Amino acid sequence: MNKLLIWGPLALFLFFAGVAGYQLTQPKDETVRSAMVGKPLPAFDLPAYDPAGEGDGPARITDAIFRDGRPKLLNVWASWCLPCIAEAPQLEALEQMGVEIVGVAIRDKPEDIAQFLARHGNPYTAIARDDISEVQLGIGSSGVPETFVIDGEGVIRYQHIGDIRPEHISDLLRELEAAG
Amino acid sequence: MIAEVGLAALWMAAALALGQMVCGALALREQGAEIGALTRPFAIVQGLLLAISFACLLYLFAITDLSTKLVVANSHVDKPMIFKVTGVWGNHEGSMLLWVTVMALAGALIAWLERRLPENTMQATLAAQGFVALGFFAFLLFSSNPFERLPTPAVSGVGLNPLLQDIGLAFHPPTLYIGYVGLSVAFSFVVGALVTRQVTPDFARAMRPWVLGAWVFLTLGITAGSYWAYYELGWGGYWFWDPVENASLMPWLAATALLHSVGVLAARDALRTWTVMLGVIAFSMSMLGTFLVRSGVLTSVHAFAVDPERGAFILALLVLYIGGSLALFALRAGSISEGERFTLASRESALVFNNVMLSAILGVVLLGTLYPLLAEAFNARVSVGPPYFNPVSAVFAVPMFLVLAVGPLLQWRKDRFSRIKTPVMISGAALVLALVGLGLFVDMSILALIGFALAIGLGVASLQPLWGRNLLRVPTATWGMVAAHFGVAVALFGIASEAALTEERLAALTPGESVVVGEWMVTLDGVEPRAGPNWTALEARILASYDGGAQRALAPQARTFTEPVQETTESALETRWNGQLYATLGNRLPDGRWQLRLWWKPFVTLIWFGGILIALGGALAIVGHLRVHLRRQSIERQIALRHGQELPA
Repeated sequence: MNKLLIWGPLALFLFFAGVAGYQLTQPKDETVRSAMVGKPLPAFDLPAYDPAGEGDGPARITDAIFRDGRPKLLNVWASWCLPCIAEAPQLEALEQMGVEIVGVAIRDKPEDIAQFLARHGNPYTAIARDDISEVQLGIGSSGVPETFVIDGEGVIRYQHIGDIRPEHISDLLRELEAAG
Repeated sequence: MIAEVGLAALWMAAALALGQMVCGALALREQGAEIGALTRPFAIVQGLLLAISFACLLYLFAITDLSTKLVVANSHVDKPMIFKVTGVWGNHEGSMLLWVTVMALAGALIAWLERRLPENTMQATLAAQGFVALGFFAFLLFSSNPFERLPTPAVSGVGLNPLLQDIGLAFHPPTLYIGYVGLSVAFSFVVGALVTRQVTPDFARAMRPWVLGAWVFLTLGITAGSYWAYYELGWGGYWFWDPVENASLMPWLAATALLHSVGVLAARDALRTWTVMLGVIAFSMSMLGTFLVRSGVLTSVHAFAVDPERGAFILALLVLYIGGSLALFALRAGSISEGERFTLASRESALVFNNVMLSAILGVVLLGTLYPLLAEAFNARVSVGPPYFNPVSAVFAVPMFLVLAVGPLLQWRKDRFSRIKTPVMISGAALVLALVGLGLFVDMSILALIGFALAIGLGVASLQPLWGRNLLRVPTATWGMVAAHFGVAVALFGIASEAALTEERLAALTPGESVVVGEWMVTLDGVEPRAGPNWTALEARILASYDGGAQRALAPQARTFTEPVQETTESALETRWNGQLYATLGNRLPDGRWQLRLWWKPFVTLIWFGGILIALGGALAIVGHLRVHLRRQSIERQIALRHGQELPA
């Protein structure tokens, strides 16, 4: 075997190791951001969750609810989602501060929703039932829970991925203020 | 308590690996033979300790011990037991522990059983094994401790990546690991033989079962991984040239070449340097695969446990082992003589040709996999896909299949092509008939046509070593070769069919509507929500009838897992002897119709059936070689016994 065949693999390998080592030190942006931030909310028309069948609220919730001039939170959640339980106290706190929160319940059953709200509190001004994730997919959300800041014109201003922890509240309030 | 026992066992095993390395190295000196004798017991006890350590982790997962960080992060009280168990290796730390455990058990097995090698080569081999193991121990103990406790116990556990909650994938990683670890054992043999300059047929015979075993598991792992990707990802394909898939294919290609070259070295004492080189490369490829999958340097649909710090650790191990062994190889290669010569018309030269082709394909895959990484270092983002991999690897695969058809018919060392004229003519006729017949009557791409013709020609050729022989007397290893080569033909036939004959329909249906795909009439019956133990889903009920026959029900799902949240597409398959109907459920359109994606894939299952046949061939070869080995041993014992009896008289 000649010299090239004998030393070549080692040289190639060391070159690769150098490049790979360099790549490892480069910062990577791993977060998935919705491409919808800065764009208007897509049109939707969903059945509303009606707690006791009293029929006193609207029967359907549409994107129009976000175009009344007041900024709101859109919270994508589900009764079967455990991080949503962890998030519930923060949503309560936000509601007490006067923040309007519209919930979108993903693939949920009314009785499960009722049970969840009874146990963990109901911070929502309205809850829409999204049985086939159409709103969720439409606004570029990839999981539950996720929270969006929507301004008074129905434009998506900010996306929060995952459950809202106590340290996130000030961020959300700031974004709401900026949107209003 | 259990977690502490597991951790303690791990530390003790690491200490033994260090001892094994030091004692084995000291044994290389003139007066070190006695201290070298310690390597065998060290290796055996190390294997036992790791078995204990792994059993501890298994137990912690089985009872869902919520004070252990790893269990909390990867399991859940409500998870089915089978997935609690498979969750042990469905994460970075656990899979590293599995890796080290398999490696230590393999080391214990060599130390206990292997008696063919000269004792100093054996000690150097075990020292090398201790050295390799030590790097992984350091990795586990300093950066990925699987037994880490939480300051306060958790309530329920986070879950397991839903993509991994699948029985196929649950057993796919350990299968591949056993393959990787088998290659690490082969690597230790190579280092041992290089250090003591004893690259001999005995060395090849000692290494061969490990290479064969590793190769069988890699084959099964790749076959299972391919089928998993096919039905679980819902893309309808069986191979995506994804970096993670390539990470398992590359060691397989190297191991395939190594296994053939080890065979030549064992039987004919030729190809010494080449075998040693392939041993280093095969292990390098399995390390490289680990690095690519876990470091996050490449983006992939199913890379996991991505972490730059761990990437740096593996890279350091990579430099140490691969760089070190390539340097050792370069320094010692000159002193290894090439061994026996052979002529062009011989089985050796056919094997060399195919080894070169396999290495070329390995180079093609390696380049395609690493190219995006290299380009990114120069700020260019590229992705390399099937348009590169398929034709470029075919350039080397086609001649390889042709030689594969002829090689097994040739004799070792020296033969005449005229002697094998008749069988070659028969296979050639099958190939040409298939080429002309299919080319005239079926409309397909040229690559698919070549694939069909090669598959048929190779299928006929691979059975010819059995021709005219008493089948009961054919050695088991030969049966293994025939099965493996026939498996290649079967898989190739499946691949060609998938490429040429697949029919696809993307339909939007309201319940009650029907669509035709191939011979199938498919009706959407309805779509309903479904709930499982830890997921909710939309499930379509589909009724499909083949050629006007009875209706069969399929139920593809779009599934959402809750812990953690992730959406998956559960395809539905209807398997017939002549192919599979493949259905996935897509989105609902604004007008209320449902998207259905349907494929009719004739003979697609032959791809994986071929893979299983190939692995079966490897298993038969192991059995065959072991039987020969045992028989030889018993004859030697009888001769020794006879001499012993004769001496006193």
